[in-house]
Amino acid sequence: MTNNFVLEAITREFPDSVLSHATPYDFLTLEIKKADLKKVIHHLRDSSLQINFLTDICGIHYPDTPEKELGVIYHLHNMRTNFRIRLKVFMPKDNAEVDSMTDLYAGANWMERETFDFYGIKFKGHPDLRVILNMEDIGYHPMLKEYRLEDGTRMDKDDKMFGR
Amino acid sequence: MKDNALSNILNQYDSKEQIDGQLYTLNLGPTHPATHGIFQNVLTMDGERILHAEQTVGYIHRAFEKISERRNLTQITTLTDRMNYCSAPINNLGWHMTVEKLIGCEVPKRVDYMRVIIMELARITDHLICNGVTAMDAGAITGLTYLFQEREKVYEMYEEVCGARLTTNMGRIGGFERDFSPKFHEFLQTWLKKFPKIFGEFCALNERNRIFMDRTIGAGPISAERALSYGFTGPNLRATGVDYDVRVANPYSSYQDFDFIIPVGTSGDTYDRFMVRQQEVWESLKIIEQAYKNLPEGLFHADVPDFYLPEKADVYTKMEALIYHFKIVMGETDVPKGEVYHSVEGGNGELGFYLVSDGGRSPYRLHFRRPCFIYYQAYPEMIQGAMISDAILTLCSMNVIAGELDA
Repeated sequence: MTNNFVLEAITREFPDSVLSHATPYDFLTLEIKKADLKKVIHHLRDSSLQINFLTDICGIHYPDTPEKELGVIYHLHNMRTNFRIRLKVFMPKDNAEVDSMTDLYAGANWMERETFDFYGIKFKGHPDLRVILNMEDIGYHPMLKEYRLEDGTRMDKDDKMFGR
Repeated sequence: MKDNALSNILNQYDSKEQIDGQLYTLNLGPTHPATHGIFQNVLTMDGERILHAEQTVGYIHRAFEKISERRNLTQITTLTDRMNYCSAPINNLGWHMTVEKLIGCEVPKRVDYMRVIIMELARITDHLICNGVTAMDAGAITGLTYLFQEREKVYEMYEEVCGARLTTNMGRIGGFERDFSPKFHEFLQTWLKKFPKIFGEFCALNERNRIFMDRTIGAGPISAERALSYGFTGPNLRATGVDYDVRVANPYSSYQDFDFIIPVGTSGDTYDRFMVRQQEVWESLKIIEQAYKNLPEGLFHADVPDFYLPEKADVYTKMEALIYHFKIVMGETDVPKGEVYHSVEGGNGELGFYLVSDGGRSPYRLHFRRPCFIYYQAYPEMIQGAMISDAILTLCSMNVIAGELDA
């Protein structure tokens, strides 16, 4: 399977769902319309493409991109042909919700919990969407870019001398 | 479900309220020796049978992904060490390969082979710990103490390569800090001669041991289909019969040059996981022997002055080396924009690095695909209906390392 072959197969099946595509470092990367994500992943799993292994789910935050501040990135894999594909879906921060993949992949459960924990992205249909690595009462989503790593009030930690 | 009798018991109860009077709750962990780190299982028990398990993780979460967004690429190596600390060099070198992919750096063949030797040594130590502890949890403490000595010998080799033993910070972007020393060669040659006999004794102690087999066969099984649905990789997936190995499917560091097989199991139970690891140790030995025999001559690092730290002696005497040293340490080097995913076959399975760079000194986003995180969520399903003693062995044979789970 080549990138072009898979890209054509997906765009033929879902002509309106693929918003953009690229191949950074030869890794097929598609941006998918949020509403269509689940059916695309379902199709990848069950069609003859056999991209049926969910490698990873993670979130990302672009605070300066209006209406697309938050993103979820899916890495999927066809183990037989060793073909990998990356799907991305973006959403506004004030309505951060995307379909859960837990009914397609058992492993999506914790990956989605982790993404919710760190980015506040809700997964519609997730059976148990709670924070997982942080404290239950943390009250915010620490991987968002507005939270600094260090305490901003501490002058002894100010490292502006180093150009950061 | 281990037997039908238990299914029948479970079917009689259709809600938790009905059975509360007869059942009890047991906290397995978080700080229990059998939980191999810090994670908790709240077990609902009927006698010694586990009816339901619920896990909690996050006790040692250290926010590595967030910290990475403030560190330069070289400094992230030390974070990767602390994920699966039983095979830290694999994490290090996997990270370096990810960065090399991003910056487009080709390393010399010698570096590839050196990395293979180190990574396979790390895989062996990882498996020695896991199998040694599995034997110990089954009652055979001898197994662990015996194998620990061998692990120490490998750690002496690490010490020769980089000066550290557990959290090694091994290697550099582009290669190694220095070449293998004569003492390393001496250590490795001696170890390669002696280790097979000792490991063979460990195998003989357990593999056909009636007690060990009774304790492990049929305990904590998972089907290939469920394992794939959960995202299992590595020995835990191979124990179910799926022959997926990143080293073969997507070779990195010249793994395609070596002749080895992928051991697989059939039933995905504790015994199969144990046996797959045993076999993998032999295969790793084969790889090390081949790589060591054919170790190419040449440089032990690539020519990437923007990322590869110059030698200390040069930093003191040459202006150019001083400038590069300063730029690397201060993170003033330009990094290309882009996103890259690279995975290696870690001690536990596919260890992936997803790196998004916006051209700044630090990753814009770095996500670790941690195999332990994937395995542990399947644990309740694997031990449901089992005895508590089976649950201990199952957890051990899955080789869940808390450092990687909670990264």
